[in-house]
Amino acid sequence: MSEIASRLQHHFANEEQQYDAATFGMWVFLVTEIMFFGGLLTAYVVYRTAYPEVFATASHHLNVYLGTFNTIVLIGSSLTMAMAVHSARLNQRQKLAVYLILTMILGSVFLGVKAYEYTHKWHEGLFPGNFFYAGPDAVHQRLFFSVYFALTGLHATHMIIGIGIMLVILRMSMKGRFDETWYTPVEITGLYWHFVDLVWIFLFPLLYLIQRHG
Amino acid sequence: MQTSEAKKVNYLSAQHTVASWLLTIDHKRIAILYLVSITVMFLIGGLMAAAIRAELLTPAGDLMGSDTYNKAFTLHGIVMVFFFLIPSIPATLGNFLVPLMIGAKDLAFPRINLLSWYIYMVGATIGIVATVTGGLDTGWTLYTPYSTAYATTNVVMPAIGLFITGFSSILTGLNFIVTIHKMRAPGMTWFRLPLFIWAQYATSIVMILATPVIAITVLMVAIDRGLGLGIFDPKAGGDPVLFQHLFWFYSHPAVYIMILPAMGVISEVIPCFSKKRIFGYNFIAASSLSIAIIGFFVWGHHLFTTPQSMYAAMAFSIITFAVAVPSAVKTFNWTATMYRGSVSFEAPMIYAFGFMGLFLVGGLTGLFLGALGLDLHVHDTYFVVAHFHYIMVGGAIMAYMAGLHFWWPKMTGRMYPEGPAKAAALLIFVGFNLTFFPQFLAGYAGMPRRYHYYPPEFQIFNVLSTAGSSILALGYLLPLGYLLWSLRYGRAAGRNPWGATGLEWMIDSPPSPHNFDETPVVTWEPYDYPDAHRRTAEHAASEAARV
Repeated sequence: MSEIASRLQHHFANEEQQYDAATFGMWVFLVTEIMFFGGLLTAYVVYRTAYPEVFATASHHLNVYLGTFNTIVLIGSSLTMAMAVHSARLNQRQKLAVYLILTMILGSVFLGVKAYEYTHKWHEGLFPGNFFYAGPDAVHQRLFFSVYFALTGLHATHMIIGIGIMLVILRMSMKGRFDETWYTPVEITGLYWHFVDLVWIFLFPLLYLIQRHG
Repeated sequence: MQTSEAKKVNYLSAQHTVASWLLTIDHKRIAILYLVSITVMFLIGGLMAAAIRAELLTPAGDLMGSDTYNKAFTLHGIVMVFFFLIPSIPATLGNFLVPLMIGAKDLAFPRINLLSWYIYMVGATIGIVATVTGGLDTGWTLYTPYSTAYATTNVVMPAIGLFITGFSSILTGLNFIVTIHKMRAPGMTWFRLPLFIWAQYATSIVMILATPVIAITVLMVAIDRGLGLGIFDPKAGGDPVLFQHLFWFYSHPAVYIMILPAMGVISEVIPCFSKKRIFGYNFIAASSLSIAIIGFFVWGHHLFTTPQSMYAAMAFSIITFAVAVPSAVKTFNWTATMYRGSVSFEAPMIYAFGFMGLFLVGGLTGLFLGALGLDLHVHDTYFVVAHFHYIMVGGAIMAYMAGLHFWWPKMTGRMYPEGPAKAAALLIFVGFNLTFFPQFLAGYAGMPRRYHYYPPEFQIFNVLSTAGSSILALGYLLPLGYLLWSLRYGRAAGRNPWGATGLEWMIDSPPSPHNFDETPVVTWEPYDYPDAHRRTAEHAASEAARV
């Protein structure tokens, strides 16, 4: 099996070390991602504390039904991603492809709904910046929408990157690059995707739900 | 044996094409790529420093106008901090040494390592081109709302340059952490690691936790300016002090990204030239980690003059004092290492001595600035400028020079000429003090930073400072000359010219492309100085026997 031997990069002692390094590397990367989102979430916390009523009012402009729908879609995509990793572990190539494609479809549905929400906000004049509408307490409402667009935009960027990575993984899988002894790329893509989902699990209540009925 | 060694392929002689350098995934070659790039950055930043010092020679603004001066010190700050000091020791010496010191063939992710260099080059190029063409006049701190709303200069492009460069730093830190965890040779336990590795590990933690925050912050500044997001703009309800918090959450720990690896270098050099086991290994290792951790909770001392809560300011002040403890632990342990050692005065050791003296002054004046009352008096004066130059230049660059000389024989296989090297080390020490000590006095007397004209009573300090900077410049140009000279004419170094411990000294200089013919098995404690030469000889003999 020369192919197996070539998978082991020259600087690793064995496949186990190579696998450990890759997964650990992804975990460390996710830590940096937490700090990356953390900077923006800090801004959110600071402004929410400074202008609680305005933030509550502003969050009424968000469509909670679409938000809930998207949350379910994303949790579903986490399930299909987990199934994809499971299939990879069992070397079920066809199932792996199906689950990866399902995950990408669910991810795209999420992005589509998000794009619809964005367009809607744009028409309502809620896009922050120089076009912002002049309603009651517009200045601080604008701040809410700045934070909203920054956070959800950053999250959507991560999803687009994730879907791009899945395309690569799918191609690798169709070329028969994975088997039960080596499927590390699938595994670490799964870690990344679950993280991106988890970010949304925080963003949804913070932006859509808190103080809605308060 | 001498002839067979000369014929052996090393990482420099393995391939000669340009592509073999630009597409290399060998950590040693990537270290050299970084070394060349950051040297160019250092020259650009140094040129700006020279312009600033020349302008300040007289109280009037006779060399350049205010706008040009603002751009000059901004470019100086951004280039030196983000494009030179942050990558300096980690990306060059760290890249070269981390795998060698732990007995690995490469970093865990060699391609990501090369990627980090390309990201660095893209970010640095954007940053430099933007600051040179349009110019940026915000100072390296990019404070809002000046940067987002009022500056007439080019803010968006340099901000994007910094955003991109941040990822190079994140990837380097990530690579080091995974490598140190997963790639250590058999027997290389955590407490057998050289202290340089502990320092790199602590640095990497700071890199991965702090850098993402500055990345998102400067990105917000760029978007804010481009689209009027207003997150940091008071006119839009935003809070500029929030920007300062986020900025310093990175930029204070960034000082530890510079000084921790420097301390790691000193912890290698001092035992080697004292020929003695390092004093208090565990304490030095632990102090690296505690500096990294405590360093995350002191950023508020940059905001003593803002409406930050008084109690927060008190907490930040106390924690700032607390960071001095692990720093002092290191300094005392280095001193104790030298006690009754066979101290010799080669160039790296002279730099190390310089480091200890200058770091001491820089560190103690840091305590002045951490004190709530005194800080209000000297805030935004040359006292602050002098303080952080004692840490960043007197500390980090002195140690970088120490490390560069110390490992030069390993990196190139050649010895640098000792005489000029000693002369340069002394010139730098003298020139540095002459440049920056007067700035303490000028600052304490009230001279504010970032103005190109000043009351005439401050001229004496500025003349001294400018005179010192010309000596300093000479001191930095000298190594550039003799190190390049040594590449061709330097004496062959051999495996272990200093009689140093550490796995990197057991193999050939320069090392072979894959570092170790056979993964070493470590059975000894670190810094066992009496055995250093014997171990290198044994290793050479066993390699020869295998051939």
